[in-house]
Amino acid sequence: MNLYEYPAYELSEMLKSKKISSVELTKDIIKRTEEVDGRVSAYLKTDPEMSLEAAKNADQLIASGKAESKLAGIPVGVKDNISTKGIATTCASKMLENYVPVFNATVVDKLTEAGCVISGKLNMDEFAMGSSTETSYFKKTKNPFDLSCVPGGSSGGSAAAVSCGEAVIALGSDTGGSIRQPASLCGVVGLKPTYGRVSRYGLVAFASSLDQIGSFGRCVKDVALLTDEISGHDPMDATSVNMNYPSLYDNLSSDITGLRIGIPSEYFGEGIKPEVADSVMNAVKALENKGAKVIPISLPSTKYALSAYYIIACAEASSNLARFDGVKYGYRAKDCDGLTDMYEKTRSEGFGREVKRRIMLGTFVLSSGYFDAYYKKAKLLQKRIQQEFADAFKTVDSIITPTSPSEAFKIGDKISDPLAMYAADICTVTVNIAGLPGLSVPCGYSEAGLPYGMQIIGRKFDEQTVLNLGYAHELAFGGFRRPKI
Amino acid sequence: MIKGYEVVVGLEVHAELNTKTKIYCGCKNSFGLEVNTQVCPICLGMPGTLPTLNEKVVEYAIKMGHALNCTINRICKQDRKNYFYPDLPKSYQISQADIPLCQNGYLDVIMEDGIKRIGVERIHIEEDAGKLLHSDKFDGSLVDFNRCGVPLIEIVSKPDMRGSDEAKAYLETIRSILKYIDISDCKMQEGSIRCDVNVSVHKPGEPFGTRCEMKNVNSFSAAVRGIDYEANRQIEILEAGGTVDQETRRWDDQKGISVSMRSKEDAQDYRYFPEPDLLTIVVPEEKVLMLKETLPELPNAKIMRYEEQFGLGRSDAAMIVDVVEKSAFFEKCIDAGCKSPKLLSNWILGEISKFMNEGTAIEDTKLTPEKMAELVNFISDGKISTAVGKTVFDIIVKEDRDIASIIDEKGLAQVSDASALEAIADEILAANEKSVADYKSGKTNALGYLVGQCMKASKGKANPGAMKEIILRKLGG
Repeated sequence: MNLYEYPAYELSEMLKSKKISSVELTKDIIKRTEEVDGRVSAYLKTDPEMSLEAAKNADQLIASGKAESKLAGIPVGVKDNISTKGIATTCASKMLENYVPVFNATVVDKLTEAGCVISGKLNMDEFAMGSSTETSYFKKTKNPFDLSCVPGGSSGGSAAAVSCGEAVIALGSDTGGSIRQPASLCGVVGLKPTYGRVSRYGLVAFASSLDQIGSFGRCVKDVALLTDEISGHDPMDATSVNMNYPSLYDNLSSDITGLRIGIPSEYFGEGIKPEVADSVMNAVKALENKGAKVIPISLPSTKYALSAYYIIACAEASSNLARFDGVKYGYRAKDCDGLTDMYEKTRSEGFGREVKRRIMLGTFVLSSGYFDAYYKKAKLLQKRIQQEFADAFKTVDSIITPTSPSEAFKIGDKISDPLAMYAADICTVTVNIAGLPGLSVPCGYSEAGLPYGMQIIGRKFDEQTVLNLGYAHELAFGGFRRPKI
Repeated sequence: MIKGYEVVVGLEVHAELNTKTKIYCGCKNSFGLEVNTQVCPICLGMPGTLPTLNEKVVEYAIKMGHALNCTINRICKQDRKNYFYPDLPKSYQISQADIPLCQNGYLDVIMEDGIKRIGVERIHIEEDAGKLLHSDKFDGSLVDFNRCGVPLIEIVSKPDMRGSDEAKAYLETIRSILKYIDISDCKMQEGSIRCDVNVSVHKPGEPFGTRCEMKNVNSFSAAVRGIDYEANRQIEILEAGGTVDQETRRWDDQKGISVSMRSKEDAQDYRYFPEPDLLTIVVPEEKVLMLKETLPELPNAKIMRYEEQFGLGRSDAAMIVDVVEKSAFFEKCIDAGCKSPKLLSNWILGEISKFMNEGTAIEDTKLTPEKMAELVNFISDGKISTAVGKTVFDIIVKEDRDIASIIDEKGLAQVSDASALEAIADEILAANEKSVADYKSGKTNALGYLVGQCMKASKGKANPGAMKEIILRKLGG
């Protein structure tokens, strides 16, 4: 077995016992990336020299016995909307092609202090807007299970890299499913933590009230490890919650006896491929056999969730992306006739179609005369959806649904049909709207061998139950299945 | 009232708060430093940065809310005001829309004919923008972001003022309060207090006219000029049978005119929505009450008290109260035993104001309240004349010396002794025959000259009252 194939928690032991060095491991990741990234296109930028330098430092840290984190020496991929000091952070947009942050995101600081090795910046949908990583200005990432298929999105680069061994673990961001959906499509594990668990400082904002940074891994343990490392209150982020975050990894348990699992009928009907629904229900049965109780529930407002989500997310995006105006950094159009012309040309040329569509949608729903009809209504729906989840969690400990209505689709299939693309988020957006933790774990494969994913939703800040269920499922279902690439 | 029209004025005052740091980041809040040095990724609005609220800003604004008798919304939120301009790095300003921190207050201003109550609609907190700079050496504009994120409060009045005089009084009172509660430096020339003016006119008994908003009003005197100009402009339109358009205008103080910026149809849509990066502001009730208790005596109350308690005239009282340092010094002198507040006020508005106007603070001199009180008491007790008092004053401003010993040493004690004064009088009358003749022929102001000459001859030591009496007696005799 190659080093790049090991899970992080095993590599951590190997590093600690000096069986391997971080430099060896990092070299193997670099080699694997050279082997496959020409076909997969997961990375936007790698800097092997910088990574090896970090690996050397990690080895010294481990040798000195001062490495406190289990992730010391482990290569981690970072989605390209998470700020890295001195390393271009493009959000896969022409607008930020040459933008180099002068500061690290809080999560990057945490990983660096832990002794992690940044393996590179990962491709994504432009400004995290999309479900296929096809809206990236630079390249289309391929699904390692079938190179003619999308990896999902927007964190498609993160999911694909972890899936094919170009990274051991990776950071992504999730605003409406951008971690869970690509994790599902690439057959890996992805966790969107509770809103407020992980600092957003340095994450280039798409929709501030919904965005959350989270973890990718090939197994639940790795996701628990990475989530532990990035959790915690950050004084730089007013929305990060100041509370104790006991180690998810240390408390991981496959004993799920007595846990009540809610199955909401709304997530298994129209729009969901029957094979996906069946594979999720099979996995639920397996959990039932391990002692969990399965309870049918109803979340009736689910049908409004997609509309509410796209209104709130676009409204916030229209404001968040207004700073890209050509004045201070990033792209500026040439040959402009005055200020207004500069704004118009810069933003017309610098943003891609999907980003412009969402900015226009968001601008519209916030406009005077439409605010009450759209934005305000969407916020009311958000309250109702939150309430339905809160009520459901009075009788269940967790809710299980499919992650994505289908397996990975072909590149190009949905890119010209925005509504079909938006429907790919139908199972995931409610979790962001309600601010809950959501995990996607592989739970089956199509005839063509493409992965299906199961979403496990928990109470606010109850990532432990979500991960325990995921872990129990993983043990029953079998671990990560490698793509043949 | 101008030409039979009533003028209605509403004001929006923006005051920069003098907190140590900016409103949403740790950058220093100070004026006049080298361009783009007081900045960080947050106030530059770099991608991925987040604001965190400086709690002092909330406290300062609540203090102002109390001073203006407002209801304090303990629970309120912040909103984004979206618009594009190069000095606004995020392309939105964090402000407060539908729920301001303070609302429904009032301010009583002292007018010549009594107290006028002016309603205060709201006070909200927000961040300032940067500044565009233009240079001949550079083709285009430059931006200084130092001011980005400087905390502001916006105080919005009701349309309760009826002319530029009331507007001026309102603005001056607001400025005075800001200084007394020490939340703003109120330096017009540094732009730390600015205002937008709303003006409309109507015939008495008729409903309010259409209002115009005027921007770029950079001083209180400009506000007065702008209001008068705008009222007259609107009246002229109406008199000519026209109608006033609702629009935003820009005041050009140099030319003394307002020019149209944009009409109501072109009004910007700021697309306000709740700022998702910040939490709801929740101020504990105890804190709201505590902030009320810490308010000092406010300027209007002080002016009234100086009138009643010390018998000062209103304009003298107002002039002392207008400058926090003068008022503080005045009260310290009273506490130090000054027996004549009236005389003291003359000194403060005279000699002390003179050096203060030249930029010297009282603390920069050797003058203490105790010394000043003693000096005033020497004068009011008739021990020295005012003229000698001036000599002593000039010494105790520069040196830490005992007043009695100065008087002794220089032999400055006032001379009230009749024989000594008579001798001086005789000498002066003999030497100024022409003036004596003038007086006798009815030119009574010759008396002042003669008394002045006597005072001079006595080196200021003569008791001027006694001196005058003697001269009068001799001239009349």
